[in-house]
Amino acid sequence: MKRYTARTALLEAVMILAGLVFAFPIYILVNLSVRGADDASSPVAPTLSPTLANYAEAWRAAGLASALVNSMAVTVLSVVVIIIASAMAAYPLARATGRWPRWAFLLFAIGLLLPAQLGMIPLYQSMRDLGLLGSVWSLVLFYCGLQIPFSVFLYTGFLRAVPAEYEDAAAVDGCGPVRAFFSVVLPLLRPVTGTVAVLNAIFIWNDFLTPLLYLSGSSQQTVPVAVFQFVGQYVANWHLVFAGLVISIIPILVAYFLMQKRIIRGFAGGLKG
Amino acid sequence: MAHAPEAAAVTRPPVRPGPERPFPRRRRTTRYGPLRSVSWWFLLPALALYLYVVLAPSLRGAGYAFTDWTGLGSQVSFTGLENFRKVLDDPAARDALWQTLLITVVITVAQNAIGLLLALGVDSRIRSRNLLRVLFFAPAVMTPVVTAYLWRYMYAPEGAFNTALETLGLGSLTQNWLGDPDLALWSVAAVVIWQFSGYSMVIFLAGLQSVPRELHEAAGVDGAGSFQRFWHITRPLLAPATTINLMLSMIGGFKLFDQVYVTTGGGPGHATETLSTLIYKNAFQFDEYAYSTALAVLLAIVVAAVSAGQYRGLQRQKGMS
Repeated sequence: MKRYTARTALLEAVMILAGLVFAFPIYILVNLSVRGADDASSPVAPTLSPTLANYAEAWRAAGLASALVNSMAVTVLSVVVIIIASAMAAYPLARATGRWPRWAFLLFAIGLLLPAQLGMIPLYQSMRDLGLLGSVWSLVLFYCGLQIPFSVFLYTGFLRAVPAEYEDAAAVDGCGPVRAFFSVVLPLLRPVTGTVAVLNAIFIWNDFLTPLLYLSGSSQQTVPVAVFQFVGQYVANWHLVFAGLVISIIPILVAYFLMQKRIIRGFAGGLKG
Repeated sequence: MAHAPEAAAVTRPPVRPGPERPFPRRRRTTRYGPLRSVSWWFLLPALALYLYVVLAPSLRGAGYAFTDWTGLGSQVSFTGLENFRKVLDDPAARDALWQTLLITVVITVAQNAIGLLLALGVDSRIRSRNLLRVLFFAPAVMTPVVTAYLWRYMYAPEGAFNTALETLGLGSLTQNWLGDPDLALWSVAAVVIWQFSGYSMVIFLAGLQSVPRELHEAAGVDGAGSFQRFWHITRPLLAPATTINLMLSMIGGFKLFDQVYVTTGGGPGHATETLSTLIYKNAFQFDEYAYSTALAVLLAIVVAAVSAGQYRGLQRQKGMS
């Protein structure tokens, strides 16, 4: 094992400098969000008399409370459905014999390549015909379908690398496929389920274009759309806007700092797929 | 099409360990036996969602690309390749296509170069490595709309960058970051690079951790310098991580929407228009539905071509190792 040498110290200095460069926009964001309206000093200078008044006003003006609830509900519901449906699909895709699992897998793989814009307008019509426009259910339905190919891909790749002995043992003990799936396969999939959950949750929480389309003109909003409309309204008042931006990313940042190891591992987990 | 394979799967007799010789059959049971009973209907929920939300609308969308449908009336007539001819004649579409390719290349190269350097930097003995990892990756979990607004302010004429430059006595370097047509596309690219370099870093880190330390130590004993060790040991072993990273950043670049829409809206003029913003505008602001789907078909072809190339590269790597 190497020691902490002069070269390590130099590397440390360079990396900390890079860290400061990366953190600069975040510093500006927080710095201005706690600044009073009458404070006209340079945005780079630290705010000397910080206030939380912007936060209180942004919280009232942006309607973020209901947007947070909506985003939370959409994210949780979609992720649960995605996990169950994709894991179920991966079971025969990874285990069943014959040629059809290969073809079915390829069919899902096509979905990885199709840009969402291609089906955007026809799907918009379908949602309208179902009467789901303006409702958060349209988002749940959309995310479940959109994220299936990717999640099936991760699950199938993972399950193929898991030996089938446990399922065999369960089958020898008289366990049917449904029970084998829920009490043997699903627990075996737990590591990759973490990856699937993290990646999908962050994508869904942050997505902007879909709710912009499906919820426009309704009172229902998700966080990104609420932020978008809030900024459009108060664009001249950056201090207020920044407080709103901070509020909107607090939930995801708190989740990130609490579970950073899990989340980072989740993102890196795609490497093994 | 699920029916034919189902029949094939069902008609084969199930292989069960016979009572007279249970043990010799065990191996085959392990590979096939109970799995035969894994029925195709486990696929149904995923398949139904996927067909309804992705496949069927995409096929219909591709169909509209060959019509003159505006989305308003019910009049639809087949116009063949007319929309695609219009793409070639439309300066906005040509700009968007070129700019999409350009920004994708810039983002892919810079994001992965920076991501690799960051990964090598924090995969070391430095004391701040854990803190820096968390910091570099943090932007990647933030909502792109939020970071885009933040950067719109950073770039504003009286915003943080110009003020910081003046504070440092570099007032001559101040720019109209988003208003200058020659600069705007690069400014937008920088937002994406800042946000997602940490994502590339994380994937490279996972790759670096799969490089056995003994290899480095052995090479060090043999007198290889740190650059030689990187080039001959680390770089080849990072190939899978590199492929995944290139694929993710390219596909992200091609589909780029939020950051452009929020910072510049595609302007000034069409200087930062990408295929995604142009598709959105044609569909929902200009009521040119059919034309927008033709642009989407174009985008799909570009993405598919690049992904196919990447996939072949990946298969070749697997073949080699």
